[in-house]
Amino acid sequence: MAPAVSARNLPRFAQRSVLEYVVILFILAMVISSLAATAPKVDSIVRGLTRLFSPQGMLMQMFPPDFARADRIAWKLLETLQMAVAGAALGLVFAVPFAILATDRLSPHPVVRTIARGLIAVFRTIPDLVWAIFFIIIVGLGPAAGVMAIMIDKIGFAGRFFAEAMEEADTGPQDALRAIGASRLGVIFSAVIPACLPSFTATSLFALEKAVRGSAALGLVGAGGIGVDLKVAFDLFNYDEALAIILMMFALVVAVEQASSWIRAKLI
Amino acid sequence: MTLVTKISAVATGLSEERPVVCVEHLAKSYGGPQILRDVSFSLQKGVSLAIIGANGSGKSTLLKTLIRLTEPSAGSIRILDQDVCALSGSALRRFRSRLGVVWQRHNLVPRLCALSNVVHGVQSRQSGMRSWWQSIAPQAVRAEALECLDRVGMADFALRRVDSLSGGQSQRVAIARMLMQRPELILADEPDASLDPQSGEDVMRLLSDLARQQGISLIFVSHRLEHTLQFSDQILGLLGGELTLNLPTSAAHAEQLRRFFETEE
Repeated sequence: MAPAVSARNLPRFAQRSVLEYVVILFILAMVISSLAATAPKVDSIVRGLTRLFSPQGMLMQMFPPDFARADRIAWKLLETLQMAVAGAALGLVFAVPFAILATDRLSPHPVVRTIARGLIAVFRTIPDLVWAIFFIIIVGLGPAAGVMAIMIDKIGFAGRFFAEAMEEADTGPQDALRAIGASRLGVIFSAVIPACLPSFTATSLFALEKAVRGSAALGLVGAGGIGVDLKVAFDLFNYDEALAIILMMFALVVAVEQASSWIRAKLI
Repeated sequence: MTLVTKISAVATGLSEERPVVCVEHLAKSYGGPQILRDVSFSLQKGVSLAIIGANGSGKSTLLKTLIRLTEPSAGSIRILDQDVCALSGSALRRFRSRLGVVWQRHNLVPRLCALSNVVHGVQSRQSGMRSWWQSIAPQAVRAEALECLDRVGMADFALRRVDSLSGGQSQRVAIARMLMQRPELILADEPDASLDPQSGEDVMRLLSDLARQQGISLIFVSHRLEHTLQFSDQILGLLGGELTLNLPTSAAHAEQLRRFFETEE
């Protein structure tokens, strides 16, 4: 027997309501108007690329990279790495209590939970460059402002992921400890944190990678690290030295990422 | 007084000893039909009590209500001379710390070793960070935890992560954690449910022997007729949330009990 409906009369698209069409049109209008207002024109891209690749262009002046000041760059890179490690370490340590206070099961009170979640959201939403400017005003130019900016950024980043990991942890062991009369801290450190350790480790390593990448940019606003030297090199048109800095930064980021992948594979 | 006369005396209200557990007119409902209806019973020291009934008859609810993990709707519960329904906050926590509870699932912390999991049992008596992991626990606590593992035959697995143990071995570690609490009463909610028949029997025998050795009472929910007859001194039978059977095991017959397992067999 032939089927009641054939491929010919089956509709290809689902019927949509007027409201759905309005939403789709609105999204399309947003995308098109945004592109028209901000996207670069093709001719300006072509002009820029031609300038870049011309014999006197920036790209040609970058080669060969100038490693004459490699030792100074290396020291500044070490400072950048130290900023990232210090900022990430502080951020991760403070992220744990923030995350505990932000979880449904472990927070002592709904008001405390709401405040903790709000603070984590604020720390995460404001970019680290803005935090850096803020801390330069407080502690002055230099790596200390960078460390503070990275710390706040990492509390936002890791606080959210730590809290999610704690929410998803098996509640059975926690309930069993509660049933024998364990305190809240006892439950957290005996059952919750050991269960979340793989997730915490992965998040912490990602936070460190992110901190190393971010700390290079923080110098651009004066918050210490290699970014200051990179900005100076560009400002003085020392493009060959700028390329040397970029290459050494690239090597550092790749090394940190490789080390972090290796640690992740070993620990988790 | 023999065990049978002890239980019979309690059933007729003639016992001179104060019961360890005394439940009167206990009821529980979640707004709809009643899960428990007018349940009354008592339990003497050193007696092993089995709670039987088909799925949904209220066995686990009764057990959880006894320690207020589920709040009763009506009735009174007196355990270890405490009016359980009147307890709140830290008093309830202190009361619970006197009880050893074994769950269907072992509920151990998977990434920690067996010894750390057993050390956690001491949190019922003392708080502080030195009870969080075996590596920082005081020597006396570690020694006691190892002894508890030894009593359940798991001392050789002390430093093994519990997520590498079998179901039966994990349940033994959970029992060792419960022993670490030095409980005055043991409650077990189908501790053999997730185990193969042999492991299930081993776990039940272990619980029963430990309770007997220490002279403490054991209340266990069972879904296996043979375990009920083998490991209990007194049987409570629930049908549709109502207590329809309360008698010494020696006076019970397999045929008489079979209706309480009907939906499961």
